[in-house]
Amino acid sequence: MSEIHPAAKLRLDRVRKSFGDRVVLDDVTLDVGAHEVVCLIGASGSGKSTLLRCVNLLEPIDDGSIWLDGVDIAEPGHDPDPVRRRVGMVFQSYNLFPHMSVLRNITLAPVKVLKRPRAEAEQNAHELLGRFGLEDKAGAFTDQLSGGQQQRVAIVRALAMQPEIMLLDEVTAALDPVLVGEVLNVIRDMRGLGMTMVLATHEMGFAREISDRVCFLHQGRVVEQGPPEQMFSAPERPETRDFLARVIASGRL
Amino acid sequence: MTGSTPITSDGADARASAPSRSGLSRRAEYDLRQRRRSTLVASVSTVLVVAAIILFVPMMPGWDRVRASFFDWETFTDSLPKLWKPFWLNIRIFLICAPCIVVVGMLVAVARGVRSPALFPLRLFATVFTDVVRGVPVILWITLIGFGVPGLFSERAWYTKPVVWGGFALVMCYSAYVAEVFRAGIEGIHESQRAASRSLGLSSSQTMRTVVLPQAVRRVVPPLMNDMVSLQKDVALVSIIGPVEALRRAGILVSQSFNFTPYVAAAVLFLLVSIPLTRLTDHLMARERRRTSGTAVS
Repeated sequence: MSEIHPAAKLRLDRVRKSFGDRVVLDDVTLDVGAHEVVCLIGASGSGKSTLLRCVNLLEPIDDGSIWLDGVDIAEPGHDPDPVRRRVGMVFQSYNLFPHMSVLRNITLAPVKVLKRPRAEAEQNAHELLGRFGLEDKAGAFTDQLSGGQQQRVAIVRALAMQPEIMLLDEVTAALDPVLVGEVLNVIRDMRGLGMTMVLATHEMGFAREISDRVCFLHQGRVVEQGPPEQMFSAPERPETRDFLARVIASGRL
Repeated sequence: MTGSTPITSDGADARASAPSRSGLSRRAEYDLRQRRRSTLVASVSTVLVVAAIILFVPMMPGWDRVRASFFDWETFTDSLPKLWKPFWLNIRIFLICAPCIVVVGMLVAVARGVRSPALFPLRLFATVFTDVVRGVPVILWITLIGFGVPGLFSERAWYTKPVVWGGFALVMCYSAYVAEVFRAGIEGIHESQRAASRSLGLSSSQTMRTVVLPQAVRRVVPPLMNDMVSLQKDVALVSIIGPVEALRRAGILVSQSFNFTPYVAAAVLFLLVSIPLTRLTDHLMARERRRTSGTAVS
């Protein structure tokens, strides 16, 4: 566990976070290398989402540090906005802005935050939409889209900021099983483009397929991590085995 | 099942496939019957209630007296033209106050939501403002400010006129109420919208301006319109500090003619504005309900 990745893009070092008396992240240490895809698995409430929200600085951490390219971004008083420009986040419930068109959803941050000229931001948005099969949805509003389309737009919105890391928080959990595939395809594409990603997911089959490393969280701790083949076929820790046995029993692997 | 005709396969088919005589679907036929029935019930009950009022009110012992002093047609037609111009003053006060109220109300609502410690005094002021302003009757504020503030000046100018300070008092009072409406709207925007916006790197004020407020404003338009309808009537309160608007002018006419009909005429003028406003509000509310809830359940 204490072995340090030499080219760690992102490093969480003994991160602690509690809500009131409940410890949600209990000394979590995790390294993510550049272009690496790390899947976080674990039961609901194991701290996966909180971990991602902490990395995006949406939740302040109580103790420990989070390093992005060797800079401690979790230092109290550190301005979160420049960090968020470099770290994209996609949420379980899409969180698109319902009062804006798809195009405006995507260009909002590039125009307001990166101060890109609108025309350039729109052209970039159209290219991204095209790449993910959404070119005809630029003028649509979110309530005219299916869940899968909304989530793909949300991913495009995050990608439009050209982030160095993408954090994906159970992005398929709210989707109809039929629509899960199209979102997973987008994630495969991002992997193909070399995007560094941290995913919290319940899709074990997908985690096995896409990740370089799987990380099992249990009660706010990283109990075990390793390459997917090893994690899914020969987990070492009893908690991991127990969790995977329950996943298999429910038919999700 | 007694008395029901046995359903043969033949009969069932005919029922399912043959279009009904009217050429309407079963659903449309049912709706049509229901609609006719509702219209009938509504008309009958309306006729009964109106007839009762027309029949029984004139049977009251003092009806002739009341009719002569409140519903005198000659006084009515005589006073209505004299009220147009003063009523125009009401409208002008309303048209100037309403936008000011919306702007001040929104600023106060946003100020109440600021979390930055440097801006704490602003938040404190906004909170105290809404509490104090809403804690005193509007009419009392108008009296205090309308009579009090002009006394601060030694000269006489447009800004020492009671009507200006009456309007100021209205803006102050209504801003406090409208601020609460906006605040409810702002708080009604789900935290996840803010999270999404902040995660894209937008600052908290950019998030407020581009993500939260536009959605909040859309949601509060109907309750806001309610406040505007009520403002339109409360403009008449300014009359107590002197300006001759419709209510005061009607009062003058009453004292000249010893007849209360000018008040009824003034009421008619207020209705001419407030009824369309109320209808518009209802229409907006219904539209908002349809937009947010999908199908309406009757």
